[in-house]
Amino acid sequence: MISGILLFNQKGENLIFRSFRSDCRPRLADIFRIQVISNVSVRSPILTLGSTTFSHIRHENIYLVAVTKGNANAAVIFEFLERVRGLGKAYFGKFDEEAVKNNFVLVYELLDEILDFGYPQNTETETLKMYITTEGVKSERGIEDTSKITMQATGALSWRRSDIKYRKNEAFVDVIEDVNLLMSATGTVLRADVNGQIVMRAYLSGTPECKFGLNDRLTLGDTDTIGPSGNRAGTKATRAAAGTVALEDCQFHQCVKLGKFDADRIISFVPPDGEFELMRYRATENINLPFKVHAIVNEVNKTQVDYSIAIKANYGTKLFATNVVIRIPTPLNTARISERVSQGKAKYEPEANNIIWKIQRFSGQSEYVLNAEATLTSMTNQKVWSRPPIGLSFSLLMFTSSGLLVRYLKVFEKGNYSSVKWVRYMTRAGHYEIRSA
Amino acid sequence: MAVNRIRGAFAVPRKGETFELRAGLVSQYAYERKEAIQKTIMSMTLGKDVSALFPDVLKNIATQDLDQKKLVYLYLMNYAKSHPDLCILAVNTFVQDSEDPNPLVRALAIRTMGCIRVDKMVDYMEEPLRKTLRDESPYVRKTAVLCVAKLFDLSPAMCIENGFLEILQELVGDPNPMVVANSVTALVEIEEAAPETKAFTISPATLKKMMLALNECTEWGRITILTSLADYKAADVKESEHICERVAPQFQHANPAVVLAAVKAVFLHMRFVNQELSKSYLRKMAPPLVTLVSAQPEVQYVALRNIDLLLQKQPDILSKEMRVFFCKYNDPPYLKLQKLEIMVRIANEKNVDQMLAELKEYAMEVDMDFVRRAVKAIGQVAIKIESASEKCVNTLLDLIATKVGYVVQEAIVVIKDIFRKYPGYEGIIPTLCQCIDDLDEPTARGSLIWIVGEYADKISNAGEILTEFVKGFNEEFTQTQLQILTAVVKLFLKKPDESQGLVQKVLQAATAENDNPDIRDRAYVYWRLLSSDPEITKNVVLSDKPPITSTIQSLPPALLDTLINELSTLASVYHKPPETFLGQGRFGAEAMQKAAIEEQKELALENPIAADAAAAAVAGGPQQNNMENLLDIDFDGAAPASMVKQPAGGASGLEGLAGTPQRVASPAVGQAGNNMDDLMGLFGGGDSAPPPSGGANDLMNGFSGLDMGSSPAQQQPAKKTATNDDILGLF
Repeated sequence: MISGILLFNQKGENLIFRSFRSDCRPRLADIFRIQVISNVSVRSPILTLGSTTFSHIRHENIYLVAVTKGNANAAVIFEFLERVRGLGKAYFGKFDEEAVKNNFVLVYELLDEILDFGYPQNTETETLKMYITTEGVKSERGIEDTSKITMQATGALSWRRSDIKYRKNEAFVDVIEDVNLLMSATGTVLRADVNGQIVMRAYLSGTPECKFGLNDRLTLGDTDTIGPSGNRAGTKATRAAAGTVALEDCQFHQCVKLGKFDADRIISFVPPDGEFELMRYRATENINLPFKVHAIVNEVNKTQVDYSIAIKANYGTKLFATNVVIRIPTPLNTARISERVSQGKAKYEPEANNIIWKIQRFSGQSEYVLNAEATLTSMTNQKVWSRPPIGLSFSLLMFTSSGLLVRYLKVFEKGNYSSVKWVRYMTRAGHYEIRSA
Repeated sequence: MAVNRIRGAFAVPRKGETFELRAGLVSQYAYERKEAIQKTIMSMTLGKDVSALFPDVLKNIATQDLDQKKLVYLYLMNYAKSHPDLCILAVNTFVQDSEDPNPLVRALAIRTMGCIRVDKMVDYMEEPLRKTLRDESPYVRKTAVLCVAKLFDLSPAMCIENGFLEILQELVGDPNPMVVANSVTALVEIEEAAPETKAFTISPATLKKMMLALNECTEWGRITILTSLADYKAADVKESEHICERVAPQFQHANPAVVLAAVKAVFLHMRFVNQELSKSYLRKMAPPLVTLVSAQPEVQYVALRNIDLLLQKQPDILSKEMRVFFCKYNDPPYLKLQKLEIMVRIANEKNVDQMLAELKEYAMEVDMDFVRRAVKAIGQVAIKIESASEKCVNTLLDLIATKVGYVVQEAIVVIKDIFRKYPGYEGIIPTLCQCIDDLDEPTARGSLIWIVGEYADKISNAGEILTEFVKGFNEEFTQTQLQILTAVVKLFLKKPDESQGLVQKVLQAATAENDNPDIRDRAYVYWRLLSSDPEITKNVVLSDKPPITSTIQSLPPALLDTLINELSTLASVYHKPPETFLGQGRFGAEAMQKAAIEEQKELALENPIAADAAAAAVAGGPQQNNMENLLDIDFDGAAPASMVKQPAGGASGLEGLAGTPQRVASPAVGQAGNNMDDLMGLFGGGDSAPPPSGGANDLMNGFSGLDMGSSPAQQQPAKKTATNDDILGLF
């Protein structure tokens, strides 16, 4: 499997070199630098030279590279690199060149723990944080303690200690949806879907069994394969009317008993302690779009472009979105922008070729307009402007684009304690793009 | 030896970095020592040689500080080879540590011991390994289990003698799922390295254990188990059904690699279960596959390449999911090209309108490769779906109206294909002829000339158009020249009275003023034909051409089956069987090197003097390379020069020999679609003969001319040859 993990900065300096097999030689670092980092024409994340394959991802200002020999499992390699990136973020806050340089001992330690002979081992952040810490594990920590840790790191419940105690048992559930939209210039929705995640913060004592219910009609597979819960309720429209949501697909944290879900459609699990992502899902039907954008971009002549952008909030008046940012692309040869807005602030950012229009608080059903005029410098070779789409970002509390709701979260534990549960909903912009005409 | 080395190590200068580090390492203060170790590791990472500090670092091995211990071990693993004798000094600590009450320390010791690849170490490993394999802590056991694989790599004989393989097989039944997963991993690795050991044979009992562990172990363990399950040949239908049933729930796992591994296992075992059941599994795997498309770009790329394979095998599984594959503005280019590929594959009568609107948008973007690919996709859809052909042609005409150079050219090439499939679009020919002056690429010019020649009887000014081309005949590209030649002959056959002069002129130019044998040959053939009997000529030149059925590239079925077995591996990303891109085995550099040496020997028998000279040249090369060539990726003491790699542009006198690099950039890059041709090249070459060289290919292009000139293989000859050169440079 993975022969070595290498980290580089943008200049191609080798920050971390950890080989896991004898076939990963230090010289490979030079090869990667020459063939990938300094080779601008490389556009693929995978490069095979001879029997050696370099797979890399980029994050902040570093390259994370896995070296493999032979016909390795590409999906594992990239997902593993992804985990390294996630671990780095969890440990250092920001996983960049500086963090790696300041914590290189810790990085080596982590790599040593999560890969053995090139095979990924336990990569759960919470578990690793128990015995690989920034202060360093002291042996005097007690043998019982460490054997418990190792039991947990390998056990069937590798994500949870058994002796957790809280005075107040609480569970927080965050339903976070990223809504993706691609709208054509004429206003037709080309693509709208929701990538949702349910993040849970569990502060529960003992070994709690949780059961989790949503207002969905889990349409995984086919309707007729649905177990007892599926009453084959006719068309999709009637289902939506009944207040249920059709999820295209969902993925669960490894703590969820997949077999049980497959058989009875019940989400049941013993949660890790603290924060984790319980599930991810995808929905494509009946998406409520929080914002409607109407954009007119008019290239008056070679030196002037007129913009008229209207944006309307499509949610209840009691709600309000925060941090609404609208990015309106301008031609590369823009010299000057004059803009007027009915709300918020708009600014031209020449380095990004964008007009940034920010609205801090956007209450429901309101509508705002931006009018702008871009003056262009004339260029000797008139290049066509490809008109990138207008992008939107926002976050909106107590609203789900898919209409998903948490029905219940039940906690069963030997101690039979009562627990408090909190649910929060949020919708954010994923790729919210409107093409301009 | 050892004594010398130690003495040598002590005799280093008294200042400089190494000196300071050494002072730190032997300091009386623990924190100074730790800091010095850290600095040493830092220098090691930067590529500095700090092996001289080996004895001093080793002194710090016996410590209570786990962090420090780990660093010392890291150093040991890196430099053990340079001080094999001194490693023995560490053995004691290892053995002690492997009995430490702290399981973390025990595991660390056994993990590190396996990575110190020194023969002497092997002898001391037996006891600790045996003990740790039976350790009460599963954490230590799962580490020890992998250590067996490490040991096997070093000394298979000892591994077998001591019965470690049997212990490993036993541990597949361990109560701890992680130990099970790692045991399977280790056994699979050993089996691959040495099939004769039969280390890993799945019995019904082990199968059951693996299935049980599947639902409990970590995500990575699941992948190992799923992969072994996929490779397992089920005894009967029932077993296949059972495997599918147990594996299918893993489709819902959060880790994309687990999902792909599960898809692979189900897809392979599904072939044996009844149709109804397998259909329901296909339905079940569609949503998870789609979800993979929202993963991070790199994972997404792997997923898309795999989806491409699955679609070639099961074209219908994602037909409702067109929108998911729409390109996002910020997608990296390699994703965009791959998404286009898949969009074309799942296009059908229902979604074609949606798709065309989208493709038209793409064709307005600025990334040239992407735009061309989008235009090409429009043509592919036109040929795939008859009812949509008219819309496609209209879209293409809209694009031609934009007058953007490369869009127009690509559109013309594509329209020529559409003409070959559907008659009845002659009406647009005048529009096409208007852009003659904008075409500067040989393929585009060739395509337009082909159209003019083919429909010469319907184009009133065909003669004029071709006269213009004939005027500049000598300045044209070879490919275009061939096309002009054919088109003029066609024109003559269709309208003999008005173009006699023209045909003579072009034949004259092609035979007398041209020094390209392909063109001269073809001109002579036409000339003879024309001077014998016009009717026969008509039969030959104007014969009906078989209509094309599809311009979407698909892999040959045999290759596809091989690749389905390799789902989610690099082979599935490259769409090539592993042996063709990994530079090993038959096509590998090693084999070529051996062949070269054999040849030398034979030569030596026949002609000693000449052989000497040749041998000197050859022998000088590889050795020198060992030392100097930074790119000897596989440089390893045991295999000198055999796998020497060179940079694509780096000249070092060895090109003629074996070591030219086999450079495989990811296939979707640059010219999506050409990878197929390359492969065909390799395949066409078959097992016995090497594939045609770049030169031969040129020739073939020349011959195949453009009468049939639109099969994908001939569309981008220039680029194709380049790619081929890369891969075939080996020969």
